[in-house]
Amino acid sequence: MTQLISERQGRVLTLTLNRPQARNALDNAQLERLATALEQASGDESIGAVVITGAGRGFAAGADLKEMASRDMVATLQDPRPGLWARIDGFPKPLLTAVNGYALGAGFELALLSDMVVAGENARFGLPEITLGIMPGAGGIQRLLRAVGKGLASRMVLSGEPIDAREAWRVGLVARLCPPDLTLEYAQQLAQRIAERAPLALQAAKQALRQGQEVGLSQGLSIERQLFTLLAATDDRQEGIRAFLEKRTPKFTGR
Amino acid sequence: MDELITRDVQQGVMTLTFNRPERLNSFNDAMHLQLAEQLTQAERDAEIRCLVLTGAGRAFCAGQDLNDRNVDPDAGPPDLGLSVERFYNPLVRRLARLEKPVIAAVNGVAAGAGATLALGCDIVIAARSASFVMGFSKLGLVPDSGGTWFLPRLAGRARAMGLAMLGDKLSAEQAESWGMIWEVVDDAALSDRVQTISRHLATQPTLGLGLIKRALLAAEQQGLDAQLDLERDYQRLAGRSADYREGVAAFLARRPPQFTGR
Repeated sequence: MTQLISERQGRVLTLTLNRPQARNALDNAQLERLATALEQASGDESIGAVVITGAGRGFAAGADLKEMASRDMVATLQDPRPGLWARIDGFPKPLLTAVNGYALGAGFELALLSDMVVAGENARFGLPEITLGIMPGAGGIQRLLRAVGKGLASRMVLSGEPIDAREAWRVGLVARLCPPDLTLEYAQQLAQRIAERAPLALQAAKQALRQGQEVGLSQGLSIERQLFTLLAATDDRQEGIRAFLEKRTPKFTGR
Repeated sequence: MDELITRDVQQGVMTLTFNRPERLNSFNDAMHLQLAEQLTQAERDAEIRCLVLTGAGRAFCAGQDLNDRNVDPDAGPPDLGLSVERFYNPLVRRLARLEKPVIAAVNGVAAGAGATLALGCDIVIAARSASFVMGFSKLGLVPDSGGTWFLPRLAGRARAMGLAMLGDKLSAEQAESWGMIWEVVDDAALSDRVQTISRHLATQPTLGLGLIKRALLAAEQQGLDAQLDLERDYQRLAGRSADYREGVAAFLARRPPQFTGR
């Protein structure tokens, strides 16, 4: 059985985590598959955006506990996991997650790492690591803190209790809330619209969104301006503005 | 074990009867647990397409059994929030989320949580001699089981405030004339009427009815814009149901539809 299903529709690639018997747990092998698939998509000009979703009842539970239990401190220090996460994080195109049911631990960290979460009303997000005597270790704390602020981040990290889709939507963790039966479809529709935009502009805008979270405002503004200036040298910028003025759909080439 | 909730399933209708007639069907913990167990079946069993709640004997349900609530003057204050959290709130949430119609057949007095529980059902049919008693205020308490949420929506703010603060008995006829319940029927006609409506509902497009219920509940929490989007989503889902196809096919062929609930 394929544990990561890859499907193409137009300019959108959908990756489905398909280990329902393991609640789609993100063990190292699965992270490796994800990283590889995203690296291929990154070099493929015909792919404009990627949607990650989960097969079965939930999006993804945490890491593989058996895998983790067998690692002592030295092994944890040499764990390839942080490298795998960095490869996934390095994906330069728009990355969406379509979440139904639970997104817990590493599953939630994957959703947090994505650019946008489209969630079903039945979704639940949480970092239960603390209940196991450990803590989130793949960016969960940092990204959650930046996304929702100290109050809710502390509550979730320290209590380990999940929040429901509506609360996640209200605090801005979720970009769009929809009936569970439409989650994937709506995520793919959104990805399709995004994927029609100019690839270089998408990449630059994503970079500005990412870096903006790491620096102060004035530095963020100058990064934004540099990226903006960079786009002035692209064919797609000319095409985009000309098409707008001529009231027609632009044809972007990614140049 | 005493059967504090009796169950009857016929033609797609599950009827659950509060069965402590000697205590006016008031709730104790054991009755809550038995009710919860039955609800699990109502939720899972696709053959059940309508749920009816009613009471044995002369009352519908008198709310919390106060015999379990004898307040010891020497002990610390009781935590009434505990049973609300453990029993009443999950019950109200489950009935509201159940994606099939829930009928309250109010055969007699419905008091306290029994009253607010009945009024929160999707369709309320009451016997002429039945009544609703929002007695909470007379004990220094607050209407629970959704009372403070349902009452203003059913009766309007002014009447909700009067009902909740005065705690007087509201006759079934008054409740009907205020638009708080679906209908009042003569005592002797109640079970026939409930049977007719519930069996009818059990033959209808259950998936669509469930979506209607969810949509109306959502409407209480959001503005027109968001609700319009939700209607689009639910219509999209409903349009993919087998029952929609059957409904259209039957209409075009001028024959009665055979809905499966899916």
